[in-house]
Amino acid sequence: MAVLIDQLSSVRPRRSPPSFIWLIGILIAALMAIPLIYLLIRAAQADADAWRDLTRSSTLRLLKNTVFMALAVTGGSAALALPMAWLTTRTDLSLRRFWSVVTVLPLVVPSYVGALAFVAAVGPRGSLQQALAPLGVDSLPDLRGFEGAWLVLTLFTYPYLLLVLRAGLRSMDPAMEEASRALGVGPWHTFWRVVVPQLRVPLAAGSLLVALYVLSDFGAVSILRFDTFTRAIFVQFQSSFDRAAGAVFSLTLVALVVGVIGLEASIRARGRYHGLGATQRHRRIVRLGRWRWPSIFFLALTALISLGLPVAVLSEWLTRGSDGGNAFHGAWTAAWHSLSVSAVAGFVALAASIPVAILAVRHRSVWSLLIERISYFGFALPGIVVALALVFFSLQVIPGFYQTWFVLVFAYVVLFLPTSIGAVRSALVRIQPNMEEAARGLGHSPSWVTATVTLPLVAPGLVAGFALVFLTTMKELPATLLLAPIEYDTLAAEVWRAADEAFFAQAAAPALLLIGMAAVPMAVIVGRENLRE
Amino acid sequence: MHLKRRNFVSTALAALALTGGLLLAACGGGDAAESNPASITVYSGRSESLIGPLIERFEEETGIQVRVRYGKTAAMATALLEEGRRSPADVFLAQDAGALGAVEAANLFRPVPADVLTKVDDGFKSGKARWVGVSGRARVIVTSTDLSVAEQPRSIFDLTSEEWRGRVGWAPTNGSFQSFVTGMRELHGDATTAQWLRDMIANGVQEYPKNTPIVQAVGDGEIHVGLVNHYYLFRFLADNPNFPATNLFTDAGDAGALINIAGVGILESAPDVDAANRFVAYLLEETSQRYFRDETFEYPLIAGVDPFKGIPALDTLQPPSLRLTSLTDLEGTLDLLREVGALP
Repeated sequence: MAVLIDQLSSVRPRRSPPSFIWLIGILIAALMAIPLIYLLIRAAQADADAWRDLTRSSTLRLLKNTVFMALAVTGGSAALALPMAWLTTRTDLSLRRFWSVVTVLPLVVPSYVGALAFVAAVGPRGSLQQALAPLGVDSLPDLRGFEGAWLVLTLFTYPYLLLVLRAGLRSMDPAMEEASRALGVGPWHTFWRVVVPQLRVPLAAGSLLVALYVLSDFGAVSILRFDTFTRAIFVQFQSSFDRAAGAVFSLTLVALVVGVIGLEASIRARGRYHGLGATQRHRRIVRLGRWRWPSIFFLALTALISLGLPVAVLSEWLTRGSDGGNAFHGAWTAAWHSLSVSAVAGFVALAASIPVAILAVRHRSVWSLLIERISYFGFALPGIVVALALVFFSLQVIPGFYQTWFVLVFAYVVLFLPTSIGAVRSALVRIQPNMEEAARGLGHSPSWVTATVTLPLVAPGLVAGFALVFLTTMKELPATLLLAPIEYDTLAAEVWRAADEAFFAQAAAPALLLIGMAAVPMAVIVGRENLRE
Repeated sequence: MHLKRRNFVSTALAALALTGGLLLAACGGGDAAESNPASITVYSGRSESLIGPLIERFEEETGIQVRVRYGKTAAMATALLEEGRRSPADVFLAQDAGALGAVEAANLFRPVPADVLTKVDDGFKSGKARWVGVSGRARVIVTSTDLSVAEQPRSIFDLTSEEWRGRVGWAPTNGSFQSFVTGMRELHGDATTAQWLRDMIANGVQEYPKNTPIVQAVGDGEIHVGLVNHYYLFRFLADNPNFPATNLFTDAGDAGALINIAGVGILESAPDVDAANRFVAYLLEETSQRYFRDETFEYPLIAGVDPFKGIPALDTLQPPSLRLTSLTDLEGTLDLLREVGALP
């Protein structure tokens, strides 16, 4: 670990990169490629029918649906995350630490829970309609389909972008902004002309995560009735148990992922920013003035819909249960399991993302980018596909570890590594080499430079990287159900079990715990972040 | 301050070893139970709330420890196919016959003991003795109590008429629904079935991911009727006796009344076949069959245990030509559902 962190610094790598970093990078890429290799093996067994099925007219419609949804959710997420990131890092917003925590929490709401709560609250005959019934409102318009799925996916995935943007804003050199302001440019223009362009790399990295998540989501689109590729893949596996045909469909999704990744790479290639002078100075806090209340209104409204609505619906389900007092009974063990396995997955993913990010940023080449990009496939593929790939490989290669903690954590890393890579890379890209070179020039050792110059600068990225994997792991379902040690209950599994049988009262307690459990470490992490400033 | 690179390498290795050691220690605990001979592992597509109490009873009565992996039936079946002969599972408990059939087709099941098989009617078990049904579920039309008897549909064919526009729910990705379509093809032929599916879609049928939200939607008044399995309604009624919906069993001869099963198979990979056999036998004992009737509201499948009051007997529901095991052409059904646009 120490030797990896040492490589974060740009000083040493000016010489050719040490071979061990390449070795680690290649090893990680090989492990991350497991789902792809699995799909190729299975697709090779597919008969002509499976390939012919791809030419169905519905395939084109699915492609169109999936692409539109990915674009729309990415756009919606940017519209939410950009102002949120700025408000919570750069302004005199009241209760800034509170908002910093609250705005990222929707990430722990599993998309199927979010979708169920959404239907229960604002469905044609949901709670909102019940409340409006005395006014003669008989039925509300049905938001299911594109609009509903778009709304729910946006509200529960924008934090991917938000966390990366916040890390980017934190490690950004304020000098340019200050220069802009000193030259008499207004705050609004400064934001759009100076801050946002500098955020291009984190913006692209976060958007990539949002878009790829949309490609992989099953819960929201199935409950809200919108056909995407992942839904078609699930139907294929679920209905005919035909793994070869499922693999053929999944490979089409892989092609889509290649397209999205290529798009992001082209945006990133144009955006290389280093600061002007010394970074991490005390930065000027923007006074919101008369924008104070509209800003609070914006944050409160988003939090109300993305967090308040599911929590309210879950609380209502909880009170509906006859044994409200016993609701949390047994959920504590599951909570401990969720917490510990997510934390370990977060650390392992962070450790794995450091060498990959170092290679991608410090030793830019076709090969280092390839290593980085391969890791994105696990994140974009449907969870069931990744889970089956790991069933296959762990039984072939390490049968003794099948359905143990080891393989489970490994599965989470394969699924969520790109979220932490994105965060670490975005922070790394912002460090200007001449800072570190200056420190070296003053006679300090590379390790000293790393510890005192580089590390503090990338720390927000490391924290964001850990948080993203931690939060996402908490709600993971398909891999947990297949790969966890037997009878190793997690909160997400408990929620699903109850909700699947329509025992909503029983689903409420673990779901609320899931959100609460995630809030505590997030509050600590985000709180520390703000303290440092 | 000059630390040598070697120091970093050794620190890194130490950290890696520590992490690895911790992980190994964490997984070590999982192996203990395997050495215990009186222990079986069950992959259950049925949820803990439905089957857990019965499994506990089995453990108490036999002393055999049962370790259960709960999950979705389809994902479990696919995982079993992926695991093949290396599967840690001894028994697969599935929500529908299709999943059992897929595992059977991969030659992963061993024969179910004959004395257990004979308890169950031919229509509800594998023709090759590889799996056996443990409880039955009938397809019904769940209907809002807002409708008067005269307004209620009599047959699934009524639902394509104008008066039902936008008022019907179905779940085309659901295995039971797909079996029902296969049955309909057997009874009425592909052309009639395809036309019915197209007419339903043209009539604004509402699509749901599964059965429970359909029953919920009928209760909420969002739709007025839904094509589902019979027992979901009783679960809602157990929660809320005034739940405003009722089940309509269509007449014998109508594909609307197909019977499905939840069933069980024993894996070839099971090391302790005796314990696995005892578990399967237990599910078909009278007390267990009463449990399915009283707790999960399903049909018992052995002679001597009557269904609960208020639902018609199994043999009055469907013509023999519609036996579950004769409904093998799932691929044909999936193609048809895709062709008409009911499935992606």
